[in-house]
Order: sequence, then C-alpha cells, then structure tokens
Amino acid sequence: MQPANLLLLTLVLAVVAYGLGYARSRSLAMPLGGIRHLKSLPFYYGARAALWSGIPALIVLGCWAAFQGKVIQLIIIGGLPPELIPETEGQASLLLSKISNVASGALPAGFVDAPIAEAAERLKALRGQSRMLMSALVVSVSVLAGFLGWLRIRPRLNARSQVESILKWLFFACAALAILTTVGIIFSVAFETFRFFGKVPFTEFIFGSQWSPQTALRADQVAAQGAFGMIPLFTGTLLISAIAMVVAVPVGLLSAIYLSEYANRKVRGVVKPLLEMLAGIPTVVYGFFAALTVAPFISDLAASIGIEASSQSALAAGAVMGIMIIPFVSSLSDDVINAVPQTLRDGSLALGATQSETMKKVIFPAALPGIMGGILLAVSRAIGETMIVVMAAGLAANLTANPLETVTTVTVQIVTLLTGDQEFDSAKTLAAFALGAMLFLSTLLLNVIALKIVRKYREQYD
Amino acid sequence: MTDQRSQAEIVRQSLKRRYRKERRFRAYGILAIGVALSALVILFTDIIGKGYTGFMKTSVTMEVSLDGDMMYLDDPTDSRQLKMADFVEPLVQALIKELPSATEQDRDDVRGLINPYASVTLRDALKENPDWLNTTRTMTFLSHTDVDVYVKHAGDAAYSIKLNDQQKAWADELLERGVIETSFNDTFFSGGDSRDPSKAGILGAIVGSLLTMFVTLILSFPIGVAAAIYLEEFAPQNKFTDFIEVNINNLAAVPSIIFGLLGLAVFINLFGMPRSVPVVGGLVLTLMTLPTIIISSRAAIKSVPPSIREAAEGVGASKMQVVLHHVLPLAMPGMLTGSIIGMAQALGETAPLLLIGMVAFIVDVPGGFFDSATVLPVQVFLWAGSPELAFIERASAAIMVLLTFLISMNALAIWMRKRLERRW
Repeated sequence: MQPANLLLLTLVLAVVAYGLGYARSRSLAMPLGGIRHLKSLPFYYGARAALWSGIPALIVLGCWAAFQGKVIQLIIIGGLPPELIPETEGQASLLLSKISNVASGALPAGFVDAPIAEAAERLKALRGQSRMLMSALVVSVSVLAGFLGWLRIRPRLNARSQVESILKWLFFACAALAILTTVGIIFSVAFETFRFFGKVPFTEFIFGSQWSPQTALRADQVAAQGAFGMIPLFTGTLLISAIAMVVAVPVGLLSAIYLSEYANRKVRGVVKPLLEMLAGIPTVVYGFFAALTVAPFISDLAASIGIEASSQSALAAGAVMGIMIIPFVSSLSDDVINAVPQTLRDGSLALGATQSETMKKVIFPAALPGIMGGILLAVSRAIGETMIVVMAAGLAANLTANPLETVTTVTVQIVTLLTGDQEFDSAKTLAAFALGAMLFLSTLLLNVIALKIVRKYREQYD
Repeated sequence: MTDQRSQAEIVRQSLKRRYRKERRFRAYGILAIGVALSALVILFTDIIGKGYTGFMKTSVTMEVSLDGDMMYLDDPTDSRQLKMADFVEPLVQALIKELPSATEQDRDDVRGLINPYASVTLRDALKENPDWLNTTRTMTFLSHTDVDVYVKHAGDAAYSIKLNDQQKAWADELLERGVIETSFNDTFFSGGDSRDPSKAGILGAIVGSLLTMFVTLILSFPIGVAAAIYLEEFAPQNKFTDFIEVNINNLAAVPSIIFGLLGLAVFINLFGMPRSVPVVGGLVLTLMTLPTIIISSRAAIKSVPPSIREAAEGVGASKMQVVLHHVLPLAMPGMLTGSIIGMAQALGETAPLLLIGMVAFIVDVPGGFFDSATVLPVQVFLWAGSPELAFIERASAAIMVLLTFLISMNALAIWMRKRLERRW
C-alpha cells in the first residue's frame, strides 16, 4: 500500500477505535446506572482508544517511510557482485539511479549489464516487500494497540487526564520540532563542511582570493585545479547587500517617519498595505524584474554616458533587492518610532520645536538603537537572499568594488554548485555546504545581535 | 528688556528657515513613499506589459484533406502505421492551397508557418476518429512560434522576427483572411512545460504547487498551532522553554536556502527520498513556514482575554478543556489569518526547491505526491532563464498567474482579519 493510503487507513482505524471505545464505556456504564458513574465522559474513553491506536502506528509508519529508501539502497549495493561495488559515493549514486531507472522501466533492461538488471529486479521485489511489510506492521500495531486500549477501559479509569497528558506531550513534541530543525540544519551543514575541510584547508577557504570550483570529475580528465577561496564571494555578497541598504534604509526610514508622524489615517490606510505588498511579492519575480528590465536599463544608461557596465551588474541586483527590503525596514522602524514614549514628543513640541526638529533631535536619537537592530535584521535578510542574485548577478567571482561589474555571491554559488550535480563527495558539492555553513553562521550572528538590541531597547521604554 | 526683544527677534528671524526645513523634511518623506510606490507600479506595469500577450495564442484554421495515400496510411487504428505515417504533408498541402502565391517549391517556407507539434495533433485526431481518413476536415492547429511572435510583436524592436519576407507576406495575407487568428491561450492553462513556447503551459506547475502546498498545509498548520498552544499555555518558565523560543525566533530569520540544504542532506541523502517530488518540497516548506505560523498563532492566543479563561476555570474546566473548548475557537481566526500569510510565502518560495531538484524539465502534469513535479515560481525561473523571448513572455504571464494567487490569498487574510477577528 502507498504511504499516503496507509496514512488514511490508520486514521480510519483510529476513528473506528474511537467509536468502539465510546460504545464500550457506555455499555460498561449502563449496568451501573448511566454515564454519570463513569470517571470521565464517554468522549474521553473513545479519544483515549483512538490515541492508543493511532500514535504508535503513525510512529512506525513515519520511521519506516523515512528509512526504507536508505535501507533498500544499502541492501542493493551490498548485493552487487564485488567488481561492481562502487568505491565513491558519487559512483554509488550514479549506479543507484541507473538501477532505479531500469526498475521503473525508463531504461530497458537489455541496455545494461546482467548484474544491473538483476539488481533492478531485486530492487522492484524489495520495494514490493517493504511496502507489504510496512502495511502489515502498521495495521497490526494499530489494531493491537487499539484493542489493548479498548480492553483496559474501566468505569474508574480517569480517561480524561490520560488523554490530556498525551495531548500535552504531543503539543510539546510539536514545539520541540523547532529545536530538532535547528539541530538538523547544524548537523547536515556541519557534517559536509568538515568533509570539505578534509579536502581543502580551512585557511585557504577563508583567506583565498580565488574562486573557481571546477575540479576534475575523473582522474584522467583535463580540468583546472579548483580554487576555493571565499573572499571574492564574500565581498560580492557585501557589495550587493550594501547597495541594497543604500536604497532600502533611507527610503524605508523616511517613509516610516512620514507615515507615523505626518500622514493622516486615510493616507496611512492606503499607503501601508501598498508598501507591504512589496514584501509579499515572491523573490523570483524581483529576480525576473532585475535580470530582464533593470539590468539592461542600467547597462544602456551607462553606455549612453560612456561608461562600460556589465549586463549583469551588481547595481541591478542590489537596487532591486533594496526595493524588496524597503517594507521590512519601514515596518521595523515604524514599530520602533511608535514605541518612543509620547511624553518625549510632547515635551519637545511644547518647547516650540517643529515636528521635524522633534523628529531629528529627540525621537530619532531615542529610537536609534532599535532602528540599528532593524537594519541589522535587514542586512541579514539581504545576505541570505537567493533568487534575485541567482537571476540577476553573475557567476564570475570578481574581486571588485565597482557596482557596474559582475560579482557573484555565496547564495548564487550554493545554488550553482548543487543544481544538477548528483555526486556528494567531490570538493565542489561539499564546498556548497561549507558556504551554507558560513551563511548560516553569519546570519545567525547578525540576528542574535539585532534581536538583543531590539529587546534591550524595548525594555528601556516599557 | 532689550535682551528679551532681541531673543524674540532671533527666533522670529529663524522661523522662516525652520519652517523651510520642516517643509523639506516632509517632502523627503513624501519622496521616499513616492519612490517605493513607483517601484511597485513600474514592477507591475513592466510585468503586465511583457506578459499580457502570453495569454494569447496564434492558430491556423484550414481545410485539411486527410488523404490516405498522401500520408501512407490506410488503417488509423494500427499503431505501427501511425508511427510511420506522414502527417506533415496534408498540413503543408492544405496551407499551400490557402496561399495562391505558394507553389510546391516553397514547401519548406510554408511548413515554417505551422507548429511542429501540429502533426502530432493531426495524428491524435485520426487515432480518435479513424473514420476521418480520406475526408476533408476543417481543423485548427497552433501556428509556429515564429509566426506567433511576428503576429504579436511585429513592430517591437526587442523581438527578432525569424520569418523571411516571403513568410511575412503570407502571414499577413492569412491574418487578413482570418486563416491565422489570435485567441485566448487555452494551451497555456492546459499543458505542461514544453521546449516549444507555443505549446508550453503552466498546468503542470500549478498542480505541482497545489500538491506541495497541500503537504505544507496539513503538516504546518496543526504542528504550528500545537506548538503555539504549548508555548503559550503549558510551557513552564524554564531554560528549556527559553531555548525553544530562541530557536523559533532564529529559524524565522534563517535564509530560506539553508532549509534547502537541510532538505537535501536530511530528506534526500539521509532518508533516501526521491528528488523533485512534492512531498519533499512540502516537508522543506513546512519547516520553513512553521516559525511564521507559530509566531502568529501565539499572538492570536495572547489576544484572548484572561476573563474567558477565568470564567471557564471557574466552572470547573480543566486546563486542557479551557484551551481546547474556549481559547482555541476564539483564537482560530487569527491563527488562520497567520497561516494563510505563511502559505502565501511558501507558495512564492523558490530557492530551497531548487536545491531539492524541483528544477527538472517536466512535461507531464504530476498525478501524485511522489511524481516528479515543478512549482509555479520555479517554472517562472526556468522560463526566465531562456534566451527565447517567447518564453520570457510566458514567464511574465506565469508571474501574473502567481501574483493573482498570492494577492487573492492575502486579500482573503485581510478580509478574515476584518470580519472574523474579534477585538476585546
């Protein structure tokens, strides 16, 4: 049975368990003189039976579905004749995709060696067996546990408190998923990063000024020796983020000031949602706009005044990214400005200062730490932004500060290195994870600092 | 006395300058808003201007004589014959008949007006209706992409017209006679991706997006709400709870591409799940949207006044009953609003899906959660990277469809916030 159908079946079984548990509690209560002699309402006996039947079965189903693919792969590789057993992970994944293509019929069995065809047959058989075993196991666990739960229903059983404590643990598990995700991110990135540093020295990665990840895939291939120095990527990322900030900070900040201090309710009601619309537009749309409209416009403009500009300039990507970040900056600054106590404002106005003087000399200095925190969050957003730079910035890793030249960024390289390539042990693909680790660490650092500033600032006026 | 007067004098004299500054400051604010809003307007007009023609297709309607001898076909039910038969010839002949100035020598040029897939259309029609053999039928085919570009963008310098002068003259002639005409592009909404822009459609991507969003919704909404309930109602005040909160806040700000790396390393490499399937895409997007949903759900729970809780507790409800029977129903509209906004974010997300292989060229419309699929924003990305302007036009049209989805989702969220959310 397919996992999706099995999931439905498990849910149906849980509903059946609910019905049976409900009925049993009522029938137990009847001879005693009605359900008021039960410790809990019949609903809780039913719910308890449903949870007993559902939860273990779902755990089994989840674990099986998660690990069956890997286990089957290991069995298939292990069952190959010794001369075919792949040496590297890259070869293994190529071989596996070949076998699975034969098994699915995409590649006729006649085109491959006999052992591969046999392996494909075995793969098909194993998949079938695994599916059957999984169905049998899940259904029997569900029925058995449901039956046990049903059997143990007694009038004196406090079903409600049991159901409630199970639910509480479920809620806790959902909240703890956030920790699990973070741990998952750290492990998945750290593991490959350490393998990368086994191939490329850490100092070369951090301090190298050359980035050209083309390495030889096979020993006999003629290819450039790959260079993995992340400085050009880092400067490229910084250049584009800086351009984005130059656009976003003044525009975002000034519009936030205008909206919170000057605009009347009607204007605010129209302009604010429109600004927020900028934040809701998918980044791929901004990328499209940057690559096909803004970049040609900038290079034409530069050509018309006699400067040479690349068709994929950092300026185009940065400017469009800035537009994307405007609402982010403006809504954060808006919060901060509104958090400045009204007394400060009133005091300044009472002394005869104009609104702009109040703003510039009283409110802005008071709000500055919060605004800085907001800007740091925006910088972290700009560094991690992917689609705009993938579409509008280039791939050439130039070490330059000229916004009209092509630069590349960390995120662009991660996407380029990981799309299409299947093997997982070459320095090239591992490099993507190392870059991911750097990206994660730097954005994490920025976020932690920014959140700390914002929180400290909030406490100051609370 | 003189001292005071001079001070008032100084203030009065400086007033003009100060008011000027005030006006200037105000103008800066208006300018900033103007810049932001004009960027929005330029973005929209640019995309609509580039893409509205993507909703039109150019087709050729002509009388085709389905002559068996011409096609080397005498039994349309025989699949081997269908494979070998020549379905291009009747199309070329039909078009030559429509064009008085065309002769047998011009057949290559004439053929360049019809879509290469037209012969497949003809084959499928004959397969469906074997009795059409040796009859003459009026049929409609897609025109060649070059004709499509010529008809739509003849005057536009950005588009290079690939037709030669003879073909242009024919196209004009046929257009005038109504043989070639433009109509609403239903192919765009009924097909999957294709190498030929005229045949390329977004149905595959829309279905892929729907499947992915379905997985995301059924996972992230219950998990997010449960996590929010735990953190707001049950979590003890301790280090571990703080740790969970720090994690959630940080995950909300982690770049989306990192979630793609997580999906690649955990779901694909560790668990051996297939690449480019909606399930994996949905799982990755679930992890990505969870923080958003948790944060907005917590805000919704917080906004339920304590009096409701106290009243429920006062009549003897347990903590869980207070939460599930009273707090949750009242917080639900706010939670739903937050989830819709989170789902809209997930619908527009591209970067993590690139890493788990949802960028493949997929022609078929996916039929299930484990079929290879792509999603709408990735389809836009794929088409936008094409050197052919006809694909750029489709990409803009696809963006319009995507934005329509997103705007309606956000409008729904705003409407719900206005209608359903209760202010206490």
